Amino acid sequence: MNRLQLHMKILSNKEHSINTSDASELSLSNDQDPRSVSLDGVKRIDLHFPRFTDGRAYSQAFLLRRRLGFQGEIRATGDVLIDQLVSMARTGFDVAVLREGLDADAAQRQFDRFPDFYQGSAVETKPLFAKHQA
Amino acid sequence: MYQYTEFDRQFVKLRAAQHRDQLERWQKGQLADEEFRPLRLQNGWYVQRYAPMLRVAVPYGEISSKQLSVLATIAKDYDQPEEALFAKAQAQQDLLPGKSPKLIKGYGHFTTRQNVQFNWIPLSKSADVMDLLATVDMHGIQTSGNCIRNITTDELAGVAVDEVVDPRPYAEILRQWSTLHPEFAFLPRKFKIAMTGASEDRAAIGWHDVGLQLVKDAKGEVGFKVWVGGGMGRTPVIGTRIREFLPWQQIMNFLEAVVRVYNRWGRRDNIYKARIKILVKAEGQRYIDEVEAEFNDIVNKDGGPHTITQAEFDRVAACFVAPQVTESVEISVNANLTDPAYQRWLKQNVVAHQNPSLRAVSLSFKRLGLAPGDATAEQLEASAQLVAKYSRGEARVTHSQNLVLPWVEASHLFDLWQEAKALGLASPNIGLLNDMIACPGGDYCALANARAIPVAAAISERYQDLDELDDLGPIDMHISGCINSCGHHHSGHIGILGVDKDGKEWYQVTLGGSDGSDLSGPAGPGKVVGPSFSASEVPEVIEAVINKYLELRLPAEQGDHGRNEYFIETLRRTGQDEFKTVANAARHSEPALA
Repeated sequence: MNRLQLHMKILSNKEHSINTSDASELSLSNDQDPRSVSLDGVKRIDLHFPRFTDGRAYSQAFLLRRRLGFQGEIRATGDVLIDQLVSMARTGFDVAVLREGLDADAAQRQFDRFPDFYQGSAVETKPLFAKHQA
Repeated sequence: MYQYTEFDRQFVKLRAAQHRDQLERWQKGQLADEEFRPLRLQNGWYVQRYAPMLRVAVPYGEISSKQLSVLATIAKDYDQPEEALFAKAQAQQDLLPGKSPKLIKGYGHFTTRQNVQFNWIPLSKSADVMDLLATVDMHGIQTSGNCIRNITTDELAGVAVDEVVDPRPYAEILRQWSTLHPEFAFLPRKFKIAMTGASEDRAAIGWHDVGLQLVKDAKGEVGFKVWVGGGMGRTPVIGTRIREFLPWQQIMNFLEAVVRVYNRWGRRDNIYKARIKILVKAEGQRYIDEVEAEFNDIVNKDGGPHTITQAEFDRVAACFVAPQVTESVEISVNANLTDPAYQRWLKQNVVAHQNPSLRAVSLSFKRLGLAPGDATAEQLEASAQLVAKYSRGEARVTHSQNLVLPWVEASHLFDLWQEAKALGLASPNIGLLNDMIACPGGDYCALANARAIPVAAAISERYQDLDELDDLGPIDMHISGCINSCGHHHSGHIGILGVDKDGKEWYQVTLGGSDGSDLSGPAGPGKVVGPSFSASEVPEVIEAVINKYLELRLPAEQGDHGRNEYFIETLRRTGQDEFKTVANAARHSEPALA
């Protein structure tokens, strides 16, 4: 079986900034419907986790990546912790601004752990059973 | 039952390894308490009054003899607190007012959601326990937390005589779909799905966030009736039917829409308003329209990626083929088949089966000396052996906190009865007053406002006469220690809810609730009889209500039933006023001030 390849670029707070006057960078609050904004010329969209237990941004990322076919960067900001990175990657995030002081090795271990998952996602659209039967 | 593939097996092992990694980071201080908490919860690890609690998932209640045996090992070897901790806990218990059974250890507890809990395993040993569970394909994945929880179903799935479609393959497919779903791990609140494939609802589907009923249309095609937005808790609500017939192939695509809209729209500002029931109530048709639009997009824009293929259905369904049995006559050379005690057990604890040669048999975990649903390590191991010997190695945990053996040959009933009796698991009381449902309550649970176990014990002690219980007929008695409603008090014919007033334990009594079964009628919450009662008043209140029933019920010769009218039938016919009056009259007068 092929391993599901998941990648995320991890940024520190120092490396993260947003230029609000740049129309190619967009920041959405987590109750906005991403389908209601124009994505013309947008290269990066920041989605927000006010607390890591507030999972609305996962659905936003999924809709952007999967439904709208957004090809640019989707960046996770806010309360971004190691144990949520895999779900972020699977729902379409490709960059995460990790809270200061977290251990990058521990983050990598999570990406290396599961070779695959049951459901389809934004990254691998087919569920496990459909891949096996293909 | 479902046979794990190599992938399934590896997945559970990796999940156990992930828990160990998280536990170690927490122990090293790399993961703060509030960061570890939601992670351990999604593996079933709570922290309770005195010790952690582990909730082990039993997907749709189906469990093997081997799995029961490992649960027995966990009870024996791991449900063992340090002596000082246990002694301190008992000392604190001894300070509580009233009579309360002593704490016990080394046991498991069957829950109302068909899972199994342990109360004394030290968190430091949690990773070892997860590894042990994984050796028999078990885990605690999503048994807590704000995610899609264990899917429950009819305890008689695959054997019930009124079954239209066996729900187990669908429940298994949904189990896989919901397991570590990346988008739905941090919903506004917990999310519970229940499913039935029979004409009678034995899974209380109206009371769940999503209720599913498998049906066949005029052409014989299988599909789901779908309800959304039921739930107990502070605001009891029965689900709203949002689909009359959803083709079975679409169930995952449709639930993805249901849950995605909930994830986007559900309230997160108030924990008591965060369940999907509140959203469905508040938005009504707008919620339903949004789900249908989202479902349409999933199918037409995303290509319906989770449409179940016939090949996948067949692969899973092949695990649930019924064993072939043709022998049917009850023969046991030494058996006294006319023994009245045996006949009573047959009547109460044994039900008919799709295969006329087989029966489904309940082992009763409702007996004096142990709380409802509690099973000692020895009883778990002995049950495992009964299941291996008499039920093709498979049992079901029931939502009423017993075990069902679904594949018992009629010719083995007498032998099974004798063995179960020797183990204390043959109380002939399934469905009767002392087959009560109770959560662990304030004796263990940190959320509880009041204890449930002493109340259950007091009522059980009062009602031990088998003839009396038989005469009273079926009565659903449900007891919860707090408004979270784990003891399903809303759906009891008689419901008891523990409440806290000024730091003291009080109990609200409700009458006329229904889980949605044929006897109980359409699902709905009971009505409160009046201000809450003290613990010592509760047994007398219950007795007053029962005596009123005996007074009002239509005897066999007067009613249309050909038998005595049952409690819930009398309550429905006469209304609640007279019952309320006697319940409130059982209140003790205020003690005179010294």
